[in-house]
This record gives sequence, structure tokens and C-alpha cells, in this order.
Amino acid sequence: MATAKTTSGPGGSIAGAARDAILAGVVALGIFGPLVGLKTEQNMQNELVITTRWGLVAIIVGIVIAGRFLLTTTIWPAMTRNKLRDKPPATAGEVAFRARLARWFAPTGLVFLFIYPALMVYFLGFQGSLKWVDNFGIQILIYVMLGWGLNIVVGLAGLLDLGYVAFYAVGAYSYALLATHFGLSFWLLLPMAGILAAMWGIMLGFPVLRLRGDYLAIVTLAFGEIIRLVLINFRELTNGSAGISSIPKITFFGIYSFDVSAPNNFAKVWGLAMSSAYYKIFLYYLILLLALLTAFVTLRLRKLPVGRAWEALREDEIACRSLGINTTNTKLTAFALGAMFGGFAGSFFAARQGFVSPESFTFMESAVIVAIVVLGGMGSMIGVALAAVAMIGGTELLRELDFLKAVFGEGFDPDQFRMLIFGLAMVLVMIWKPRGFVSAREPTVFLTERKSISSSLVKEGHG
Amino acid sequence: MSSVLSSEQTPRPWTADPVLTVEHVQMRFGGLVAVNDLSFEVGRGDITALIGPNGAGKTTVFNCITGFYKPTQGMLLLKHAAGDTFLLERMPDFRISAKAKVARTFQNIRLFSGMTLLENLLVAQHNRLMLASGMTILGVLGMPSYKRAEKESIETAKFWLDKTGLTARADDPAGDLPYGAQRRLEIARAMCTGPELLCLDEPAAGLNPRESAELNTLLLDIRQMGKTSILLIEHDMSVVMEISDHVVVLEYGVKISDGTPSEVRNDPRVIAAYLGVDDEEVEKVEEQLDELTEGATP
Ligand SMILES: Nc1ncnc2c1ncn2[C@@H]1O[C@H](COP(=O)(O)OP(=O)(O)OP(=O)(O)O)[C@@H](O)[C@H]1O
Ligand SMILES: [Mg+2]
Repeated sequence: MATAKTTSGPGGSIAGAARDAILAGVVALGIFGPLVGLKTEQNMQNELVITTRWGLVAIIVGIVIAGRFLLTTTIWPAMTRNKLRDKPPATAGEVAFRARLARWFAPTGLVFLFIYPALMVYFLGFQGSLKWVDNFGIQILIYVMLGWGLNIVVGLAGLLDLGYVAFYAVGAYSYALLATHFGLSFWLLLPMAGILAAMWGIMLGFPVLRLRGDYLAIVTLAFGEIIRLVLINFRELTNGSAGISSIPKITFFGIYSFDVSAPNNFAKVWGLAMSSAYYKIFLYYLILLLALLTAFVTLRLRKLPVGRAWEALREDEIACRSLGINTTNTKLTAFALGAMFGGFAGSFFAARQGFVSPESFTFMESAVIVAIVVLGGMGSMIGVALAAVAMIGGTELLRELDFLKAVFGEGFDPDQFRMLIFGLAMVLVMIWKPRGFVSAREPTVFLTERKSISSSLVKEGHG
Repeated sequence: MSSVLSSEQTPRPWTADPVLTVEHVQMRFGGLVAVNDLSFEVGRGDITALIGPNGAGKTTVFNCITGFYKPTQGMLLLKHAAGDTFLLERMPDFRISAKAKVARTFQNIRLFSGMTLLENLLVAQHNRLMLASGMTILGVLGMPSYKRAEKESIETAKFWLDKTGLTARADDPAGDLPYGAQRRLEIARAMCTGPELLCLDEPAAGLNPRESAELNTLLLDIRQMGKTSILLIEHDMSVVMEISDHVVVLEYGVKISDGTPSEVRNDPRVIAAYLGVDDEEVEKVEEQLDELTEGATP
């Protein structure tokens, strides 16, 4: 019965599928004919002439027809069949395996993170490890930290903040300005940058948090842009788009310096060969610890009344108010705390780059951080970390697409397709896992047994 | 000044020491007057029922009491057993719950569906726990004083889970509960705030007869404990007649009757407005209508 249906279904409608595909081809011809087929160019006499590219149009229309035919005849039926087939219930072994995986994933990951630089140095040498520790390790960890910081606001409190990069910028410029003008040390400026960013968070929060949903998102987005424009135009202080350069390096708690000329240079003191790898490895561990601090504080807070109030706020704000929770203050704490971690990450970023300019704080950055939180599964620490690895590591890896030159010829620049591939991958992930990598919610407290909560019950917040 | 209204035939014990006094409250939405010149008292320790046909303005009265709406006119005075008084119309909604100790449930249930039952009940004890956690700072450091406070809160939650028969499901998400259990959980959550006045918006709606009977027991139980007075909106007359000490009837935002259940049941205006006119009367009106239409179309 079932087999008869599945074979006769697509088989009987081949003609229909063909008709459908040709219709799609006609639509494609209508769209791409003028758009792609006709191209205006300036000739030698500076006149506009129309050149035609009918061959290209034919290729596109062909692809559309073939693709549509394939979709209707094979891919869609297969997908519905998959959906119809009942998933066999997980066996006891599978359940136990999943539980073990969940239990061991975080500790194993942590150990790996701590030995990662050593592994890289061991296999690739100090110079060879540079790229992997700096471009991958540090870069990813900065975004893990930013993702975890924003996770407090978006994932726990359910407030869509599209201007998170503003706080990152506040932290970065705080360090850059105070270190270059007053020569203050990173270890003093790190908490200061966090506090300043938190203050900005509260300042933004007061007028904005009475807005909800889309309105909040738009106003925070605007705030991010305003901060960037102020950084560009307040030349006297920020040096405009030229940015601030020669920002001092971080010292090893004031004991060793990583400046080549300094007498207490780390390599000199220990009689090692000069290399920038020591500094990078030091930075790696520093950002790792900062990220873990973010994770530790967040995990702690989730189990405290504030954390529960954040999640309750995401679930139902009106019910929160009926229970006597001051929702404005609760939102403000989430905003300020998220901003503070953004500020920490910002000051680290400034110290690591040695240079900051408004270019680094565009809306694109905010979008990437929000994407990390959404892709990871809102509220889940491990999910957000995985998403940061996938997004940042993925885009970095896509830089290594040189092999595509062999396929498409020398003129092909794979870097240009990086974002395209990346966007496609994200769309696919969101189809496959609409609530992110780790979507189940872990309860913060239990009487007898801790049970994960299915994402279908957990709300995403509404502003 | 006595606020005794119309009928003097029976004593009105709820006027002696009311927990809530509603005086001349009006709520206007643009051109629509949802509640008009409403005055009544909620006696301390009583179960007071607020009834009326659909759209009479009952939920609007609740929203005024709990601060979700600001009444356009009138006064809402809440008096604690300890003597503290609060003018509810001047307080923001969350302070009415936190300070004046008025808890409520919603006509369309509002639970934290993605959180467990226990978590729902702990969120309800937020203010107490927030203080105990030293506004979070002591809590982050893991101080024992906070641990102790949290344990007490879990005990309170367990007590109410037990009272509502939900202990077995304490670690399940609230959204997974069947409808009747969600209603009970919402009451448990409201009780966890330690209220002086509990406002229930149609707690028996959608319950089967057995659940409805359990609800009555629960409400009588809460009254027995003596700390909390109950104001409830109800459509089910059997519930109202069975458990309430005092009934207030609204129609089109105006109070049409106020008294003991038996008084209200026999009040002709209530019978006409709320319970509807008699069948015979309906037939009479229909006959008249028929005659009229026949006369109009020869
Ligand atoms: N926020 C609002 N804005 C405009 N009109 C409102 C608002 N809230 C309530 N109303 C109107 O006030 C009137 C009373 O509504 P209310 O919800 O208080 O009735 P109710 O007695 O609770 O009815 P039900 O038994 O159906 O719950 C209705 O006409 C309603 O449309
Ligand atoms: Mg109502």
C-alpha cells in the first residue's frame, strides 16, 4: 500500500512535473532575459551600447528547468516520505550515549582548549602555530565571548539587541584612549572598560527598554550606528576614521613585557629565540580565561533569582509583573551585564590588534554576533560556542579555498564567494535545526530529576 | 459614614473590615466606558465572587485592581491585616504585587511554559530571593545565607505543589501540563507570592466537574488558612453559590446587585440580566415579534 503510493505518486505526475518545470523556465526567462541577457556597456566613443548574452540566459533557464524538475520528481517526494516515516524511538543505548555525550562534551572541550596552543606548537613549531593560535584560536574565542555576552541579553532575557557591537566599541576605545593618553595598564583598564560599557548599556537601556520586539531591535541597531558615527566624527578625541594606533601591548601582569625593546621582554629574560608566538599564546590563554569568566558568571546567574527572572521575562513579561518583578530593572541588569562582557572583549580586542578604527565596529559585526547566538540555540552556552566555531572558524577556513582556482581557472577569486557559501550554509543549518544547534533548555533547579525541556515549549521572547 | 448600599434586610459582614474597598471606579477606553461608578467591598478572609455576563467588565476591574490599567476615576484602597494601607490606583503594577501583596491569575493562562513547575514557583518568590541573594552579589559568591533562603523557597513551592496535587510533575515544563493542571499551577504560583488578596479570573473555566470540585476544595482550603482573601470571577453559578460568601454582579460595567449568594440568586435584576429571562417570557416575546412581522408583510 505505502510502497504503491510512493512509487505511483511521482511516477504518475512526470508529465505534470515537466509542465511545472517548463513554466518555471518561462518565469526564469521572463526575469533573467532582460536582467542578464541585456547588458549596457560604454564603447570607445563613450556611448552606451547594448550587448546581449543569450547564451548565459539559456544556461540559467536550463538550470532552473532541470532544478525544478528534479525538485518536484525526486527531492520533495523524498522529503515528505522522510517526514511521514515515524522516527523510531531512541533506544536505551542511544539515550545513554546522548546523556554521556552531553556530560563529557564540556569538560573534554575545555581540556582541548587548554592544550590547543601546545598541540599547535608541537606539530607546527612556534612560527607555524601563529596562524592557528591567532587567526583561529583567539579570533574564535573573542566571538565566543561576545556570543556568550549577547546570549544574556538575547538568549536569556529575550531582548533582541542588534547594536551589541556598540559596547564592544566602547570597551575597545576605552582601552585605546586611556592606555595611549595616560599609559594605564591593561589590568586596570580591563575592568574599567567593562564598567564604562555597562554604563553605556544602562544609558541606552533606560529610554529604550520600554520598547518591544521590532522597535527595540531597530533602536538598538540605530544606537550601534550612532556610536560608530560618533567615533568617526569626534576627530579630536578618536582621530576619526584613521583610528588609534600603537596601542600598548598587554604585559604579563607587569612582570614580563612582550615589547621587543623592553628590558624585561619575556623571550630575553628566559633566553628564548625572539618570536611573536609567545605573545599570541599568552593572548590566547587570556581570552580563554575571559570567555570562561563570562560563562561562569552566566551559569551562576542562571541559577539565581535574576537569571530566573530573565528567563521568565522571555517567557511572559505580563506574568512577571503580576508576580512583583520589576521588569525594567531586570531588563537593565541583563543589558548592562551583556554590555560589560562586550566591553571586556572590546578592550582585549584593542590590545590584541594594537590598532582600533570605527571600521571594526560596523553593523556587520553585530549581525554576526546575533547570528552566532541564534545559530547556537538561544540560551545555550555550548550551542553558542559551537556556533562561534562554525561561523568564525568556517569563514576563516573558507579563505583557504585556493583549490577552487584549479577548477575555475586562475581568474577565480575564492575570497569573493566566501560570504555566499557561508550564507548558504547558514540557511541550510536553519532549515535543518530551526531553533539552533542546542535548542533544549536545561532547568536551573529540580526536585527529583533533571529533565531537558523541549525547545517547542520555550519561548523566544518578544522584546 | 456607612457604605451600606441598598438593601438593609441582612447584615453585611464584609463592610466591617474590608481588605479591598473599591470606590466609584470608572474605566474608559476612548468612547467605551467598560466600568462605570463601581463601588464594592471585599471582606477580609472572605471568598468574594464577581459575576456578570460576557463583556460586563469583570476582567477590566481585575486589571484596575492589579495595576495593569489605571482607572480613569475612583479609588482602590487595600488594607493589610497588619494595618498598612495602599492606594492601588497610584501604584505601578509590579509594586501592587510586591508591596500591596495582591496576586492574580489570568483568564487566558499565563505560565512560564518553558520553565519547570518548580521554576515557575521560584520565580513567584523573586523579591524575597533577590534580597536573600544580596541583590545577586552574595548569590554569585555562593554565600550560605542565600542557599538557606533558596531551600526555604523550595519548601514553600513544595507545599503549594502538594496542595494543588502537582508534586509528581514538579520537574516537567509547565507547558506540558493538561489544562486543568495549568490552572491549578497558576493559583499555586500566585499563592507563592504570599498574597493578602488573591484575584482569580475564571479559575474554573474549562475544568471538568471533578477538577471543578477539587478547585473548590483548594479555594476553601486557602480561605481556611486565614491569611488570604479571595476575589474571583466566575461563570459557573454552582461554584459561586457553593463557595462564596459575597457576590457582586456587574452588567455593562455597572453594578446591579451586591449581597450574599442567596440574595443575589433571588434578585430579579440578576435573574433578568445574568441568568436570562424565563423561557415562557422568551416565547411571549417571540409571539409578539411574529405578529409584528406578519402585520408588516401582508
Ligand atoms: N484594553 C482595552 N481596550 C479597549 N476596550 C477594552 C479593553 N479591555 C477591555 N475592553 C472592553 O471592555 C469591555 C469589558 O471587557 P472585559 O474583558 O472586562 O469583560 P469580562 O467581563 O471580563 O468578559 P468575559 O466574561 O468575556 O471575560 C468589553 O467591551 C471590552 O471590549
Ligand atoms: Mg474576562
